[in-house]
Amino acid sequence: VTLSTQRERRQRLDQPLGLYERMLEVRRAEEVIQQMYADGTVRGSTHLSNGQEAVAVGIAAASRPEDTVTCTYRGHGVALALGMTPTALFAELAGRRAGCTGGLGGSMHLSDADIGLLPTFAIVGAGLPVAAGAALTAQVLGTGNAAIAVFGDGATNIGAFHEALNLAAIWQLPVVFVCENNLYGEYSRIELTTPVSDLASRASSYAMPGVIVDGQDVLAVRDATAEALGRARDGAGPSLLEMKTYRYSGHSRSDPAGYRLPGELDQWLARDPVMLYRQALLARSDATEAELATVDAQVDAALRDALAEALDSPVPAVRELLDDVLSGGGR
Amino acid sequence: MPKARMRQAVRQALHDEMQRDPTVVLIGEDIAVAGGAFKATEGLLEAFGSNRVRDTPISETAILGAGLGAAATGLRPVVEMMFIEFIGVALDQLVTEAAKFRYLSRGRITVPLTVRASAGAGQGFGCQHSQMLDHWFRATPGLKLVVPSSPQTAYGLLRSAIQDPDPVVFLEPRALYGERAEVEYGDQALIPLGLGATVQHGDDLTVVSAGQLVARALAAAYGAPWSADVIDLQTLVPWDRTLVLESVTRTGRLVVVEEAPYSGGWGSEVTDFVNGELFGRLQAPPHRITTPDTPVPYAAALEQAWLPSASYIRTQIDELLVSGRRPSPWWQQEQETST
Repeated sequence: VTLSTQRERRQRLDQPLGLYERMLEVRRAEEVIQQMYADGTVRGSTHLSNGQEAVAVGIAAASRPEDTVTCTYRGHGVALALGMTPTALFAELAGRRAGCTGGLGGSMHLSDADIGLLPTFAIVGAGLPVAAGAALTAQVLGTGNAAIAVFGDGATNIGAFHEALNLAAIWQLPVVFVCENNLYGEYSRIELTTPVSDLASRASSYAMPGVIVDGQDVLAVRDATAEALGRARDGAGPSLLEMKTYRYSGHSRSDPAGYRLPGELDQWLARDPVMLYRQALLARSDATEAELATVDAQVDAALRDALAEALDSPVPAVRELLDDVLSGGGR
Repeated sequence: MPKARMRQAVRQALHDEMQRDPTVVLIGEDIAVAGGAFKATEGLLEAFGSNRVRDTPISETAILGAGLGAAATGLRPVVEMMFIEFIGVALDQLVTEAAKFRYLSRGRITVPLTVRASAGAGQGFGCQHSQMLDHWFRATPGLKLVVPSSPQTAYGLLRSAIQDPDPVVFLEPRALYGERAEVEYGDQALIPLGLGATVQHGDDLTVVSAGQLVARALAAAYGAPWSADVIDLQTLVPWDRTLVLESVTRTGRLVVVEEAPYSGGWGSEVTDFVNGELFGRLQAPPHRITTPDTPVPYAAALEQAWLPSASYIRTQIDELLVSGRRPSPWWQQEQETST
């Protein structure tokens, strides 16, 4: 994977059609991943983000490749949005050398320094203080870069969330905390675990802006993130953005999500982010049906090629598991 | 050479690294304005300013996590845990996150993070402020672990730890902060990580120790009817197998003196390795002199008994050399007496 490919993928998010293309790619890529899991190509577990595509793509569209992003184990969408190629993603999940970590990480540990993505965090809340640290680097060195922490609603009940927001606020760090409130922390509905329904309100404890954003609207996500990043780069400190969104799948592959409220899924499907943006493009005459159909076909073809390429990649040699534990080789 | 206390040697190491490398920053509770609970960072705020020397809230998860994030993106942070026990509330950031970043990025993201902490017994701080806790870190691949034994080794090892590309846990025996000795400062005083030092040469046995017990091992050997190689291991991960093996090959006997509970102590790594390498060629079974498997007691008489003293080390080694068998630890004798 060349750097230029990733940069070019990121740049396409500047175009309206690019936003659509990437959201659709995330949706379809996760359908491929579901199939890979079903046929045994993917081990362990996977955590799908279908329904949350606008958040991943909107954040990526608002940020720069030099910014640092920390993300959760539900990170396929964020990784693709930031520029990771589908080949690198599929190969990682299949445990192949062409994967973004050469098969050492798997679905929950996607990483690529060139797109600013630190190894994604499989421990709830763990990425927030790390994003604050990346923002500290930007502040100390005066780089003008910023950091973004992506996390779920469940993370707002763990200490790392509160410690990170507090530290970022007293140091006025250039960091944006992006909460994907998909209403469920693992298998539990938010009302059972959290005494406030608007998580943005938690920002008030840390004297920073707390903004509720329609997480199904990619442009709303992009614009809110851009504004918060602007504040951060101007030295005005951190922000908390609450993206109201929903995941169509359960917490992980083993979760059928029987706990959903009746009718809830249908309500959210009626505001599907990919569909909404497709309609918006047509309504504003930013694209024609024919153009969108072409994009649809291109995305499907590219993912087919990417999957073939990923599965063509060799399984890593056993000795590779010994590399990169400490500098100078293994332990 | 000037004399300095260990806290001053630590401070000098931080100072010299901050001067050498503008990406070195200090993060911790009370380290800036107050100069540190143990005064190991005194004057550094004045010397380097508030951008690089930062007081934090009492938020160990945020401190360690920020250290990790900063280290992964271009700074070389030194974070202070005032007491190593405080890391318990933040362990995730070190063992589950920081220790994996290099691995999960195929070496493209490094974490040059140094975690300094006061550690160890001897000062009546009670059981929640007196542990070494090195075993929490030793068994996590991806971390290095260093324990200085003196002002000189604190200076030389800390500078190397800060320059190291990997996360290093640096446990400063807090009983030694006030110890005063001649110290050589400067680049020539750096001590590479991963190497032990033979601080005394002898023929009858090899004594391997670390931290504040190195001085006690030396005191135990002073005037003894036997002579010992005394090795200060200095780095517990990765430890100097070559130096220890060479020495024991020559002396034929190994005694480890460690500030750690018997079960799971770092010395079991040393004795296991030597047993495996020199099976059948040793003149006595490798022996470990440790603390009992208990929390650290408060009362002075109890804490003094808990930590191996020079006279206890001497008695144990005397018995090993005379009998050729491993002596029982004192607590076993106590338990037998009471039943």
